[in-house]
Amino acid sequence: MTKTGAQILWECLEREGVKHVFGYPGGAILPAYDALKHSDIHHILVRHEQGATHMADGYARASGEVGVAVATSGPGATNMVTGIATAMLDSSPIVCITGQVGSKLIGSDAFQETDITGITLPITKHNYLVTHADQLARVLREAFYVARSGRPGPVLVDITKDAQQSACEFDWEAARPQLPGYRPDLSPEESEYAQALELIHKAKRPLILAGHGIIVSGAMAEVLTLAEKAGIPVALTLLGLGAFPASHPLNLGMMGMHGEAWVNHAIQEADLLLALGMRFDDRVTGNLKTYAQDAKKIHIEIDPAEINKNVKVDVALVGDLREVLKELLPRVESVDHSDWLDSIDKLKGDSAVRDVQKLPDNGHLYAAHVINDLWRETRNSNTVVVTDVGQHQMWEAQYFKHEKARSLITSGGLGTMGFALPAAIGAKVARPEAEVWVIVGDGGFQMTMSELATIQQEKLKINIAIINNGFLGMVRQWQEFFYERNYEATPLLNPNFVKLAEAYGIRSMAVTERSQVLPSVRAARDHDGAVLIDFKVEQEDTVYPMVAAGASLNDMIRRPSPIVETATDE
Amino acid sequence: MLNIFVVYVENKPGVLTRVASLFRRRAFNIDSLTVGRTEKPEVSRMTITVDTNPDQAKRIEANLYNLVNVLLVENITHEPAIARDLAMIKVAATHEARSHVLELASVFRARVVDVAPESLTIEITGGEDKIDGLLEVLRPYGVVEMVRTGIVAMRRGTTSAGANPAQTKTAELAADEGVSYSV
Ligand SMILES: Cc1ncc(C[n+]2csc(CCOP(=O)(O)OP(=O)(O)O)c2C)c(N)n1
Repeated sequence: MTKTGAQILWECLEREGVKHVFGYPGGAILPAYDALKHSDIHHILVRHEQGATHMADGYARASGEVGVAVATSGPGATNMVTGIATAMLDSSPIVCITGQVGSKLIGSDAFQETDITGITLPITKHNYLVTHADQLARVLREAFYVARSGRPGPVLVDITKDAQQSACEFDWEAARPQLPGYRPDLSPEESEYAQALELIHKAKRPLILAGHGIIVSGAMAEVLTLAEKAGIPVALTLLGLGAFPASHPLNLGMMGMHGEAWVNHAIQEADLLLALGMRFDDRVTGNLKTYAQDAKKIHIEIDPAEINKNVKVDVALVGDLREVLKELLPRVESVDHSDWLDSIDKLKGDSAVRDVQKLPDNGHLYAAHVINDLWRETRNSNTVVVTDVGQHQMWEAQYFKHEKARSLITSGGLGTMGFALPAAIGAKVARPEAEVWVIVGDGGFQMTMSELATIQQEKLKINIAIINNGFLGMVRQWQEFFYERNYEATPLLNPNFVKLAEAYGIRSMAVTERSQVLPSVRAARDHDGAVLIDFKVEQEDTVYPMVAAGASLNDMIRRPSPIVETATDE
Repeated sequence: MLNIFVVYVENKPGVLTRVASLFRRRAFNIDSLTVGRTEKPEVSRMTITVDTNPDQAKRIEANLYNLVNVLLVENITHEPAIARDLAMIKVAATHEARSHVLELASVFRARVVDVAPESLTIEITGGEDKIDGLLEVLRPYGVVEMVRTGIVAMRRGTTSAGANPAQTKTAELAADEGVSYSV
């Protein structure tokens, strides 16, 4: 059947299972938009193309399906760069479709021409420039396949205007992917399984390092079985939160720069690290020279390029985590590690005092309270929290207890401020039945707050909690610790967020006292439209503990005195 | 040490950029890179040399495989292999020097490919050491200009595993007929 490139585009997307796309039109993509009327795909009009990419990313992380973003050539395409890089570093499967000037004009600096495949080459898993309609179906099939298989990631497909306009024979079956060199499905050797098992059975102080790969691979049940069967405690990365139930007795909590002190100590004292779908990022290892010196390391990871990148490991099992664990589990023997577990318990010492609920109300509103209350109030529902980047992100990781995979969406690898609000839109579109909460700083919120309009245009029930400390808080914290409190360029003069939200028709309230937190959260949940709560919190609060960049993992800056005293100080 | 990678890639526009960009992005320093056609029109072959250690060499290999257009990577550093570099060296050679230069060239089994009143151009093929050796002895006469291709390399003996990567892989895909790519 003969179709135009534009028609082929939407038909291929439908066949790939796409129901929603996030986009913004312009000249070079107009033929595609014109053909949208024949498609059942719902197009969500964003307010900035960066937002479209974060929405596609949030959609992908919430659902495990490929998210799709659409933009025009030139500035539309370049606006996508931050979102693509964000998806790349967090292995999120998105497909970005961009319009390009006519194929005859390529290289001529035509109006709104930009070499977007060149620009995005290092931040995509793969990308394509399509100049003929008859290449489109195969390229799109390849794009979706590459985005979602192996270690997922962003794929960009740049389509010239003439390729959208011209017609050709469309045959889906014939347009099979041709990827002769692509190998997404590696699996370990038998000898590597044997070596791993030997290390696991010999270990006296083993520890599982649970990363994002568990969620991507859908290996939550297998990891749970492994931990329980072999009696191994579990430490999580930021993106791993939710991969192992927070309430499980073997769950120690988050590791790394703002991880729990006892977790970091346990890593340093372990004799075996079993790294599952994590990549030893510098935010979780601290100084590599002193990292887990006594531990043998087993790395189960789908991307061979991650092996021995930062930390040299003793055994690497390269393959899909779930498949590898299914192979491994029947051969794992149960071992008693109660001495080790007891000693970790002792490490907790007085840091376990940090149950913020026990703190008396001293008239100040702390972000920890807000987040912990939010968790207590929503813990029994199907909640997805989407955080931005900064102090609030770390407090969320510490005080919101994630029981389930895909209940936290956050930008880890790139640390992209402005991610939360658009990513939450994507998450809500992917999972309309979920209760979606945005937890965002007053700084990051202002980077992409234009998407409030998208929320309203799409009538999405999203709850937004601004943790408003009047500062670029995390940067202020670094200035406090490492730059003699020289608060250069970090105090923020903010707009009235309540009025701002109201201008968009979004219900809004400001909260200044602890006693108002729960009622405001309840009011937000009861309202059937979007709600924004401006939590005006303590301005110079600090995230503890902290491993300074480059310091050893067990060398943590601790809260000067127990929080109980801090809270009642004044 | 100098690692020699033979890399088979799909013969498509932009693939060289992808490979080069990968080395730049990961801060792997390319010593030399050559690319050319193979006996299969759809496959190009690169020889890339990198001064690195065994661990990093493994990571380079893995990273190359992460490029969708890369078909096969072989590190032949420790394999019996033939590695050749070609150089053209223009030497200032006036009357007195001319015979000395010619003598040196013949010792190194190099050929004179151009003769001008003030210079001789010598073509030499061989391992890098041999070319470096000739260069060293010619330097006192005055090397006016020089160009080297960079190393091309090939395993010794019968056909290597990489001789026909595209065909093997395409066959694998075809055998996968039952697999749905859109799941
Ligand atoms: C796009 C972008 N620009 C700059 C930074 C550097 N940065 C990291 S945290 C932070 C401060 C965030 O402030 P805010 O959004 O108010 O959140 P808070 O830390 O106060 O919770 C900044 C500027 C970043 N991560 N992303």
